[in-house]
Amino acid sequence: MNDLSVTAQKQWHLPKHFFKLLVISLILLAVCIFASLAFGSRAIAMNDIITGLFNADVQTHEANVVRQRIARTVFGLMCGAALGVSGALLQSVTRNPIADPSILGVNTGAALFVVCGIAFFNINSSAQFIVFALAGAILTAIFVYGIGAMGRGGATPLKLVLAGAATSAALSSLVMAVMIPRSSVMDQFRFWQVGSVGAGTWDSVTVFIPFLVVGLIIAVVTAPALNALALGDEAAKGLGVKTGTLRLIAALGGVMLCGVTTALAGPIGFIGLLAPHLIRLMIGPDLRFMIPMSAISGAIILSISDVAGRVLGSPGELEVGVVTAFVGAPVLILITMKAKMRAL
Amino acid sequence: MKQTHTFRTDNLIAGYDQTPILHNIDVTIPSNEISIIIGANGCGKSTLLKTMARLIKPTAGEVTIGGTPIHKIPPKKLARVLGLLPQTPIVPEGITVTDLVGRGRFPHQSFMKGWSQKDYEAVSEAMDIMNITEFADRHIDELSGGQRQRVWIAMALAQQTDILFLDEPTTYLDITYQVEILDLLTDLNRKYGTTIVMVLHDINLSARYADHIFALREGKLIAEGDPSSIITSPLIEEIFGLKCTVMKDPISGSPFVVPIGRHHNKVRKHS
Repeated sequence: MNDLSVTAQKQWHLPKHFFKLLVISLILLAVCIFASLAFGSRAIAMNDIITGLFNADVQTHEANVVRQRIARTVFGLMCGAALGVSGALLQSVTRNPIADPSILGVNTGAALFVVCGIAFFNINSSAQFIVFALAGAILTAIFVYGIGAMGRGGATPLKLVLAGAATSAALSSLVMAVMIPRSSVMDQFRFWQVGSVGAGTWDSVTVFIPFLVVGLIIAVVTAPALNALALGDEAAKGLGVKTGTLRLIAALGGVMLCGVTTALAGPIGFIGLLAPHLIRLMIGPDLRFMIPMSAISGAIILSISDVAGRVLGSPGELEVGVVTAFVGAPVLILITMKAKMRAL
Repeated sequence: MKQTHTFRTDNLIAGYDQTPILHNIDVTIPSNEISIIIGANGCGKSTLLKTMARLIKPTAGEVTIGGTPIHKIPPKKLARVLGLLPQTPIVPEGITVTDLVGRGRFPHQSFMKGWSQKDYEAVSEAMDIMNITEFADRHIDELSGGQRQRVWIAMALAQQTDILFLDEPTTYLDITYQVEILDLLTDLNRKYGTTIVMVLHDINLSARYADHIFALREGKLIAEGDPSSIITSPLIEEIFGLKCTVMKDPISGSPFVVPIGRHHNKVRKHS
């Protein structure tokens, strides 16, 4: 009995290799931060990075560039973490491994509202972008859920994804309809639409913080109940989970995280899909561990993509949304093929 | 020893999308016994089980435990008394046996407290009862159907409820595993006094393992009682529309239903 409970304890407490993975991730994260400060259209030496970081009096060109890159780096890490956690939440809520804010149509909804905001209400500050993107994201999520929940069996994962894809297609054409006749909107929107953290400033970081904190708290608090939901709705109800309320709260958290990120950086695809998936492969499906690790790995993936975009696109830069799409699309295809084989 | 509860349904009407499947069901579940619900496909036996296990909200009537309607009890509190193993639960990809069984502890935990010694003990005890301790670190995908079902039952056991509902726990299993699962559930009932309510397809295994049988036909309860007194050929014909003869099971002494088809009839010519 004692031996047994020790085994159970060891096993249950931490997934295999959890600590190893955590340490490796943190080291990788540190490397990414360093790389993000050092590389760009202009590479900067170690000395100058340290001077720029810790010696506020020095006003060399290099030191200033480093300081400018700090805001961008912090902003990028936050976006990555938010997207990673958002993906983990939405995948749990829909119980679908390929659920991603963009697949569920939430991103397109946010985009439509932002376009309408630019076209009809002349919005231009990050706060206004957030309000419009969030409203769009939430309304789209409710709409998609509403369609998915119609008919027998409620909102099954498959129905949700179908509803999301259909809605997404319809909303994209609306985005085009609003944008194409207005060239000024198109210019402003074009930059936003690609998804970039290059415009990240301390202002965007400050605006982001409260949303990120609330979203992370929601994710951590709902994790045990989402673990139960993973066993199916009936089993979850048998364990005392209020499945409707749980879905609502967790989805709201996921949609908010992705909506705000989208508002500030534009739609950055695939990180919400990729980060949780990689983590699940490595440490298993326990959300209490998956959620913090998805945040860290999301941040890593985004900073790697951002740095890669800067180096590859030199002397200009490639927006991070383009890079993540390049990396993410093949991975999505692999995952879908695997999921299909499992389902069959 | 598990506690005794008065668990009953009063004039229960339930179904999907406003179409009633159950009509005025009044049953009292015998405490600390094994009850099995039998009936033909579509007779509402799963619906009855699900309504009693609060998966389906009744359109009229009530399910009560100790006189309190179950939907008025906070779900987590109810889940400490009443456990459920659905017919087709979902296996999260890459989950280990211990992780899955551990998820049965959800109703006993709160966010601030996390995992207690009691939780660990409940998990290892449940794995012990179901003989799956040796698989603790394995992935569910690597197990056979019978082993997998034992893991699911262990998950429900870790919940440590007085009452356990199981929706066709032996479906899709080979006969060997069916008997194994039913034996383990009987151990559980005899040793701890757990009240077990389940839906089974096999009438003869039901007659052997049940202390109490509820027979349904078209959403109505048409007979209940201990198997030896209620399982007769007229009843089976009424429930399933099947002509049969009822013998004594040579091993258990319980009623044994032998169907009469149109062929292979050596006793008398088919009329």
